[in-house]
Amino acid sequence: MPKKYHIEVRPTPNRYPQIGRSGIVDWGEGCLKCPSCVKHECVYNVYRQRTFSAETNADTIDELCKDCFRCVQGCPKRLIHKALNPEWENLGDDVYTPEVVAANWEQAKTGKIPVSGAGYGGAFVGKGFDSMWTDMSEIVRPTRDGIHGREYISTVVDLGRRPANLRFDERGNLSTQPLPMVRVPIPVLFDIPAFGDMSSRVWHAVALAASELGTLAIIPQAEVEPLSDLRSWLVPLLETDGWDRKWIRQFRMVELADSSDTEERFDRIKRIDEGIIVSVRVPATVDAATRAWELTDHGVDIIHFVADERGYEPGVPDARHLKDVIRAQHGALVERGVRDEITVMASGGIAMAEHVIKSILCGANVVGIDLPLLLALECRLCRNCAEGGECPVRLSTIDPRWGAQRIVNLVGAWHNQCLEMMGAMGIREARRLRGEEGRVMFFEDLETDTFARLFKGREG
Amino acid sequence: MRYRNIWSEVPPRKVIATPSRFRRGIGKYTVVVSDACNHCLKCVVVCPESVFRARGSKLEPPQDHLCLGIECSKKSNRCMANCPVSAIRVGVNPSVKALGDRRWTADLLMSTWRMAETGSLPKNDLEYRIGGSQGGFDRLRFAFPKRLPKPDLDKNDIDTSITLNRRNDACERIDIPIPVYGGGMSFGSISQVTMLSRIRAYAAWGSFCCTGEGGYPEILYPFDDHIITQVATGLFGVREETIQRVKIVEFKYAQGAKPGLGGHLLGDKVTPAVARIRETVPGSSLFSPFPFHSVYSVEDHKKHIDWIKTVNKRGLVSVKVSTPSDVDMVAVGSYYAGAHIVHLDGSYGGTGAAPDVAKKNIAMPIEYAIPKVHKFLVDEGIRDEICLIASGGARTAYDVAKAIALGADGVVTGTSDLVALECVRCHNCESGRGCARGIATTDAELVGLMDLEWGTRRIINMLWCWRDQLREILYRLGMRSIRELVGRTDVLAHLDYNSNVQDDDVREAIY
Repeated sequence: MPKKYHIEVRPTPNRYPQIGRSGIVDWGEGCLKCPSCVKHECVYNVYRQRTFSAETNADTIDELCKDCFRCVQGCPKRLIHKALNPEWENLGDDVYTPEVVAANWEQAKTGKIPVSGAGYGGAFVGKGFDSMWTDMSEIVRPTRDGIHGREYISTVVDLGRRPANLRFDERGNLSTQPLPMVRVPIPVLFDIPAFGDMSSRVWHAVALAASELGTLAIIPQAEVEPLSDLRSWLVPLLETDGWDRKWIRQFRMVELADSSDTEERFDRIKRIDEGIIVSVRVPATVDAATRAWELTDHGVDIIHFVADERGYEPGVPDARHLKDVIRAQHGALVERGVRDEITVMASGGIAMAEHVIKSILCGANVVGIDLPLLLALECRLCRNCAEGGECPVRLSTIDPRWGAQRIVNLVGAWHNQCLEMMGAMGIREARRLRGEEGRVMFFEDLETDTFARLFKGREG
Repeated sequence: MRYRNIWSEVPPRKVIATPSRFRRGIGKYTVVVSDACNHCLKCVVVCPESVFRARGSKLEPPQDHLCLGIECSKKSNRCMANCPVSAIRVGVNPSVKALGDRRWTADLLMSTWRMAETGSLPKNDLEYRIGGSQGGFDRLRFAFPKRLPKPDLDKNDIDTSITLNRRNDACERIDIPIPVYGGGMSFGSISQVTMLSRIRAYAAWGSFCCTGEGGYPEILYPFDDHIITQVATGLFGVREETIQRVKIVEFKYAQGAKPGLGGHLLGDKVTPAVARIRETVPGSSLFSPFPFHSVYSVEDHKKHIDWIKTVNKRGLVSVKVSTPSDVDMVAVGSYYAGAHIVHLDGSYGGTGAAPDVAKKNIAMPIEYAIPKVHKFLVDEGIRDEICLIASGGARTAYDVAKAIALGADGVVTGTSDLVALECVRCHNCESGRGCARGIATTDAELVGLMDLEWGTRRIINMLWCWRDQLREILYRLGMRSIRELVGRTDVLAHLDYNSNVQDDDVREAIY
């Protein structure tokens, strides 16, 4: 058995105060100056720890308060109130909700998986990844106890092509040439964020994190040069020119954006070195099936379906979610009988650990994460940078080592959550998770079997 | 005077007003009396809800959680209009926005507090039936007939009892007068006062409450006949003796909030008392593994049940499982293995601590599992021999009734009991010293925030109001017994599929 994959997480503090969900509003006017003020009795010592951040002009109490309401209920003059933090309410969007953003910040800080008391407090069902539940096993087909380390759950996946069959010569020796393959210990690659206050420091942090985790980072060709020490962990997204034979042979894998001459460019790279894995970046649309077939038939190693940053079909009206795109593409490749020959990567809108597992269950081999890399570095998702404005957390000025540890922490926490979900499903191998729809419950199916059966077509 | 030990006494089943244990209740509206007040006490006279109270000749701070709202305050015969110095202001409480979550909205929390305080429904416009999750129970409504089917029914005669042993065997016959019993919460995850408050309240109601996987503290012995002891994967505190003490033994295969995952009690909560009961070491974290490593097949499952039945010949066996896609097969397997109760715990159920990823994503919500299992048991021809209990997301009396109409016999609660004890759903049960409100903690100082008599009464009151609501629902449906409601999905409507769904509020009939 291979050495157990372990991610070394280390608490790595924020540079800026975090944006909290709710704040405390307290009035001094009318205060009785009680000898035992409720503020001093705070169970979490929030009032004793509170400071003022000159950097963000904010009271840190919004970050520290845990919403127990004791002071609100206890003040005899009723001078203390709670209010939702408007900054919190405006954070992110419908996919990167304030809860998602804050959870990623926290994981990057601590490396720990989010644990809380009381039951789930969210919506019954949602869009995209929130409209599916993963299965678990009970009594029969027992689950695996992975998280506490008693059973080994592997998250290794292979990137590259696989031969459809093996051939042997008349003497029984294998005559099929082994195809190039890169093995990564987690089914997560780093992809290029759609926006961000990027700098060579940020790219450095991303590449360092990839090297520490043993995974790969897709990086624009122009950013690769200063990182040549880390080249084994980099996947340059190639431009049309500016590279030569010698340069490209440094890398285990490269990526091409799909265009009219993809096949020619692919052939050129393979002529230089057959051992380089070539991934083709295709917009993630349900209608891309024909293109996927063409690329597979041509011998491409990886098809990388890229959704928009929120996880929807890019530039399409009534865009469908990445999960539906993957299901459709996976199905089309299965139908053509070539699914096992090619690696499918999915990215865009992968915002939480559960999205990794759910994407793979829908049919991807591996996913790419983009904005979470920036969230690990405290990105506020304000998109000021996209409009030429200033970054509120000055992302571009980070210390790359700090940034790398934050990303490692985030991925470490995600990895443990993946183990939890796989353990519950009774699946010990990320490779066996791919397209395993028998371990998924889709909202539409449950709804059809249950409430539609009971209520549809009936008078109210 | 005779010495009374309330710790060992089953309290009376009656409503006793039990206001908040904190200085101020949290209400939807806030009533502010400014310094202009001249203490004429007119407001005390005009307010129908005793928001204003006087101590001597002075006005006390208003009990604004009882306030009926802004509309009421503006009426000519009410507080604002009658204040000669215009010192009273009534508005929406701004803090409420920061309270609660989608499943337990601020309204639901506050209306449950109201039930726990008074035993009756709120008189103002608080929503007491559904939360804001936008699905499942929150999209279902009762479709009451326009005309009462049986107007002569005496509401007090409507039977809300259920039978827990429906097998014709030699084990205990147990009926409980309400279709509800208390779910497992272990000593350690909650305080002794909380645990005993729940058990005493359910004992008062003639029902049961489960110990959870934390052993059987001696302090529970006086309530043996109302206790379900749990055998879970860690086997903490499970001894032959604890199994023999009780009438019902529960096998916990899985928990809805963390299906397929083990349990985890952080070292901080393992005090010497907790460690002693669990037969472990103080301060060291406790893991309940997953699954039962002695159960890898249905045959093994039967062996487990046989083991309990050998140790306790009269006891009922309940099997608590969560809700995977094959939950119906699990239920049937449990029946054939000899279980009396199949207890389904849906994925949105409560927990003292669980990974968020598990609470949200693993296994199906209980609203899907109940009809699925009910139908399968009916098709198998064994539905009448098993008691089907649902939990995991039942928050209100309406949820209880809806679960039963979907096909369950009864419901197990947990979170609602804690809300009755003034839980605010801050989700911090597990952090630091534990619950800041003294409910889910073993910290000596925080435990002292709650009094046993207070806690017991709050839960008795809430259940009283639930029983009244169930009776009112049955009355409007023309049913004499809650047993008639089982599987009657025809009395429900679903907002996604049915139009012209009527409001199913019964508030006016209850307070």
